[in-house]
Amino acid sequence: MEKNMDLTALLAKIAPQGEVVQGNQFPELTVSAEQLFETAEKLKNCKEMPFDFLLDLTAVDFETKFTVVYHLESTKTHDVVVLRTDLPDRNHAEVETVSGLWPAAEFMEREVFDLFGIRFKNHHDLRRLFMEDDYGHPLRKDFKDDINLIEYPN
Amino acid sequence: MSKDVVTNIILRDDEDYIINMGPQHPSTHGVLRLEVCLNGETVKYVVPHIGYIHRGIEKMCEYDTYKQIIHLTDRMDYLSAHMNNEAVSLLVENALGIEVPERVKYIRAALNELNRIASHHLWWSAFGMDLGALTTFFYGLRDREKILDIFDESFGSRLLHSFVTPGGLMHDVHPNFRKNIMEFVKYFRKKLPEYKKLLTDNIIFQNRTKGIGVMTKETAIAFGVTGPSGRGSGFSCDVRKIAPYGIYDQLEFNEVLYSNGDSFDRYMVRMDEMVESMNLLEQIVDKMPEGTEFTAKMKPIVKLPEGEYFQRVETARGELDVFVVSDGKKHPYRMRFRSPNFSNMFTLNILGRGLKIADLVAISGSLDLVIPDIDR
Repeated sequence: MEKNMDLTALLAKIAPQGEVVQGNQFPELTVSAEQLFETAEKLKNCKEMPFDFLLDLTAVDFETKFTVVYHLESTKTHDVVVLRTDLPDRNHAEVETVSGLWPAAEFMEREVFDLFGIRFKNHHDLRRLFMEDDYGHPLRKDFKDDINLIEYPN
Repeated sequence: MSKDVVTNIILRDDEDYIINMGPQHPSTHGVLRLEVCLNGETVKYVVPHIGYIHRGIEKMCEYDTYKQIIHLTDRMDYLSAHMNNEAVSLLVENALGIEVPERVKYIRAALNELNRIASHHLWWSAFGMDLGALTTFFYGLRDREKILDIFDESFGSRLLHSFVTPGGLMHDVHPNFRKNIMEFVKYFRKKLPEYKKLLTDNIIFQNRTKGIGVMTKETAIAFGVTGPSGRGSGFSCDVRKIAPYGIYDQLEFNEVLYSNGDSFDRYMVRMDEMVESMNLLEQIVDKMPEGTEFTAKMKPIVKLPEGEYFQRVETARGELDVFVVSDGKKHPYRMRFRSPNFSNMFTLNILGRGLKIADLVAISGSLDLVIPDIDR
């Protein structure tokens, strides 16, 4: 627990405008979409604990907003932190790419673009990954599949 | 970014000579299409095209209860079905604070390691076959059959187990479980030198894998390559060591690390891991408590409290992460699987550039790809 206290202090130092919370597993840092790239760069190049391993990059549709979630690990100490950003505009959801920092993000971002329709600025090859170009974005909560209409009981 | 990391940027040209490898190519081990640009027989770049077996498992999970989700996770990485089951089970148990009986933890670990050996068996068989050594396929599958027979006798299924559920196991294992494992370990320890003679020491095999597809440690970290493929480059990424779950913190084992990062080192990591797994199996069989309890007390319908949960598990191919956002209902609000093969596969372009097309087969074999896990 003490270790996590240090981590939250570190996160607060890296992103003074961001919101730092101790989640049930990892320290979590929420920043605005404009500050995301800057914060990610600082985390990647952090001297005490370089978060050089992108564990996971995904998005969640909260109906009022999209949240892009980044799980970062430091291969030196094996600590994990969560970085997230909220995108309230559903139709023009856009955030800066981090594929220049972690090349692993390139394909995870393509997956998020495919399944959610969130665009990543400055991504060098933002194409759909699984689905065809004219298909909707299936992991959005308002997605309706006209061809395979399956009614799920709640 | 460090200079050692190569980027994945591809420069296309109208004059490029492109052939498609797959989606029905035997060496891709599934429906994966590689767009290969060739200059003579030399590979200029590789663009993987996936999605041929995308089933929307993440979307399906949003309509299923946690106990139903277990059965979907089998279908992702079908060769490490047991670890996939355990990932979701551990997540639910940790979220609800359920303490699983000690005996269950040992049985799970035993099944984990058996599954790892079985998976490496199939990889070894197919890897030899990819490189033209068909005999390995018969040897590998002969020994894999012994493990599948243990699974068969213990809980009735051979490939897709769905045996681990949140709270414990579906039912108790067969009384012969412990005896069968002992017999298998004794049998397989004698067989490994045969494997060495047959493939590892083969000079043709060594020439085709040594120095082929070299991945530096920096590249492995940057591209998120985990599992034996990452450890072949010296990237210490064994989740059983860095974030222990189940009983692993009480067992003694070594993380197998090699440093050259070529196809041969990735091969050696898996060969040594089979020995480590057998050492683990012996410890587990020794320490496993007697008894008949196989599950903790669980409600028939599990509801996770509101919040976000994350669980890391080491499968036979690397790190599987499950990320769940719950809104307090019986279905997850969002479920995400970070599959190890997904990140591993996208290094094909970096490793394969500038080599011959036959080397590309060696590289994709040494990465041990399972395509349904990439597409989910």
